[in-house]
Amino acid sequence: MIIHNSDLADIDRLRWQCRRGMLELDVLLEAFLEQHYEALSPRLKRHFIQFLEFPDPVIHAWCIRGESPDDDEFAELVSSIRATEVA
Amino acid sequence: MALEKQRFDTLILGAGGAGLNAALQLANANLKVAVVSKVFPTRSHTVAAQGGVNAALANVLPDNWHWHMFDTVKGSDYLGDQDAIEYMCREAIPTVYELEHNGVPFSRLANGKIYQRAFGGQSQDFGGEQAARTCAAADRTGHAILHTLYQQNIRAKTQFYDEYFAVDLIKDDEGIILGALVLNIATGEPLLIESKTTLLATGGCGQVFRTTSNAHINTGDGMAMVLRADLPLMDMEFFQFHPTGIAGKGMLITEGVRGEGGYLINKDGDRFMEKYAPNAKDLASRDVVARSIVTEVRDGHGCGPEADHVMLKVNHLNEDVIAKRLPGIRESAKIFAGVDPVKDPIPVFPTAHYVMGGIPTDRFGRVMPTADDDGDHLPGLYAAGECACASVHGANRLGGNSLLDILVFGRLAGHNIIDYVKENKTHRPLNEASVEASMARLDRWDAKGEGMTVSQLRNEFRKTMEDHAGVFRVEDMMAEGVEKVKKIRKKLNDIRLTDHTRTFNTNRTEALELENLIDVGLAIAVSALHRKESRGAHSRPDYPKRDDAEWMKHTLYWRESDKLDYKDVRVQPLTVESFPPKERVY
Ligand SMILES: Cc1cc2nc3c(=O)[nH]c(=O)nc-3n(C[C@H](O)[C@H](O)[C@H](O)COP(=O)(O)OP(=O)(O)OC[C@H]3O[C@@H](n4cnc5c(N)ncnc54)[C@H](O)[C@@H]3O)c2cc1C
Repeated sequence: MIIHNSDLADIDRLRWQCRRGMLELDVLLEAFLEQHYEALSPRLKRHFIQFLEFPDPVIHAWCIRGESPDDDEFAELVSSIRATEVA
Repeated sequence: MALEKQRFDTLILGAGGAGLNAALQLANANLKVAVVSKVFPTRSHTVAAQGGVNAALANVLPDNWHWHMFDTVKGSDYLGDQDAIEYMCREAIPTVYELEHNGVPFSRLANGKIYQRAFGGQSQDFGGEQAARTCAAADRTGHAILHTLYQQNIRAKTQFYDEYFAVDLIKDDEGIILGALVLNIATGEPLLIESKTTLLATGGCGQVFRTTSNAHINTGDGMAMVLRADLPLMDMEFFQFHPTGIAGKGMLITEGVRGEGGYLINKDGDRFMEKYAPNAKDLASRDVVARSIVTEVRDGHGCGPEADHVMLKVNHLNEDVIAKRLPGIRESAKIFAGVDPVKDPIPVFPTAHYVMGGIPTDRFGRVMPTADDDGDHLPGLYAAGECACASVHGANRLGGNSLLDILVFGRLAGHNIIDYVKENKTHRPLNEASVEASMARLDRWDAKGEGMTVSQLRNEFRKTMEDHAGVFRVEDMMAEGVEKVKKIRKKLNDIRLTDHTRTFNTNRTEALELENLIDVGLAIAVSALHRKESRGAHSRPDYPKRDDAEWMKHTLYWRESDKLDYKDVRVQPLTVESFPPKERVY
């Protein structure tokens, strides 16, 4: 997947990508996007864009169940998503 | 700019299990098929189905399709059409084997056969011992099904319109559907898709209620499109509330928790299900448990500062059991409820989960436009899946029967469409007036100035639905609800978008979804107000009994002046004897 610098600022597109097939992911990802995305480093922003391409059960396993991403690259991102305040 | 147009043999709105299974039949028959989905297909709500799909394979305990049929008819509280139910339960067996053949990785027994889990509402021998009927691919059944069907569709060259939002059906003066106006979410540009046949497979509408287990995409779009095309919705008063959603949030805490020994308590720590369902207790059917929870809360036994929920206790279970058998539950409760269930009980309340009603179809997936059961179906228009009402779930759906419904009737609709297209080879002339009306609806959102926001009105609407048309339904409260929702419908005119850009304008998409939600909400509220009995998921303390003499009939609702009509339940199965209504005992 090629990610251009201009993609990082395309919050509108990302907001639609946060629409998922599971309520848990809708709530968590949308909250993360609104609360934390702007402040991420360009590197983590890229990770987030890539991360949204994973299937729902994978995102669920990482972000809800707390399984460690196979790919260390995503570990930092996943732990900040998990820290998002939604309760 | 001129409106872009495309032509297909068949247009399928929705890429969940129902839409994809229909598309696959058509593409394999070399028809030109377009599948439109507002999200990437494998992000359809079917992905959330973890429990599994029912089929009487008899791999774990004795079973046969006739027992499955009995359970489904009984579960439907005798509102299900028995011909459609017989068909579905028979077809369940080849359907699951076909999925297996196509690569869905079902969990297996040591002998290599598909493993089957026991769920509430499943019996052997027409109401006897517990049966084990649910087949699952670990806890990713929905995903495995979607993924497999999507890959096969790609191979069969189905044309996908991903991230396109269907706005309206286009119809001619005879009422025949000519296709749909859709919106490219990425560019904001409309596209007209003309088709000889159209299948609605847009899924459910849980977002109508404030507390729901459904993803944000479940806004009843296809149902509302049908209403706007002057066609009815059927049995919309029947909405299944899953008894245990995280209070105030909606996320599901699966039945499995109670299956493993978790149970419900009120503020005094009483295990109250013993009182409402002495035999099945916490494993009674969903509507019984949901109603019991709401009754406890209404009687002042609720927990928390607002006394507005009950508790699901699991902390007597071993931590290992929770980790191994209930993966995700502990984490879900921590994230969304802020409690660790190993130490503390989980605050729960019924969450809107599944709509039994929908677009009325016959047993072949063809949309039925009138209350005349022997009348004609509408040529060329089909519906399947959660947006449709065949009706196999009647007044209440059994767990595991919905994946079955979408697969069986998705495929069947596909086959019937193939036959239809063989005989109807040409496109009918386009009706410009219908296209213009739909374009005008879209353009209306370009109005600028001061006004309400989409989310303000949406919050007001969903709370109203929960308070006035939710689990607990009495006359005055519901009548008030209908008036409130009618006022809310008028307030749609006061909304102004905060974003007027074209690309990925979620604000505009959400406005279109809100219009749909409100239309569907009124269908629910009006249908519920008029059904003066308690049946399945529709519970009226002011009419506590099921009334078969008066009410063993389906409700039909039209948007035009909120009109209702009724039609008989089809009690005659295809080959076996009818199951006559029996009193429900738990
Ligand atoms: C949390 C949860 C767990 C469940 N578990 C089970 C289970 O274990 N077993 C079981 O049998 N059932 C289960 N169900 C029910 C079952 O998952 C659904 O009823 C079923 O998946 C619906 O499938 P569908 O194909 O009808 O629609 P969906 O899968 O919801 O797909 C709808 C499609 O329509 C598209 N769409 C909608 N509106 C538009 C529009 N305006 N424009 C374009 N596209 C549109 C969407 O993008 C999507 O592709 C569960 C439900 C929930 C909420």
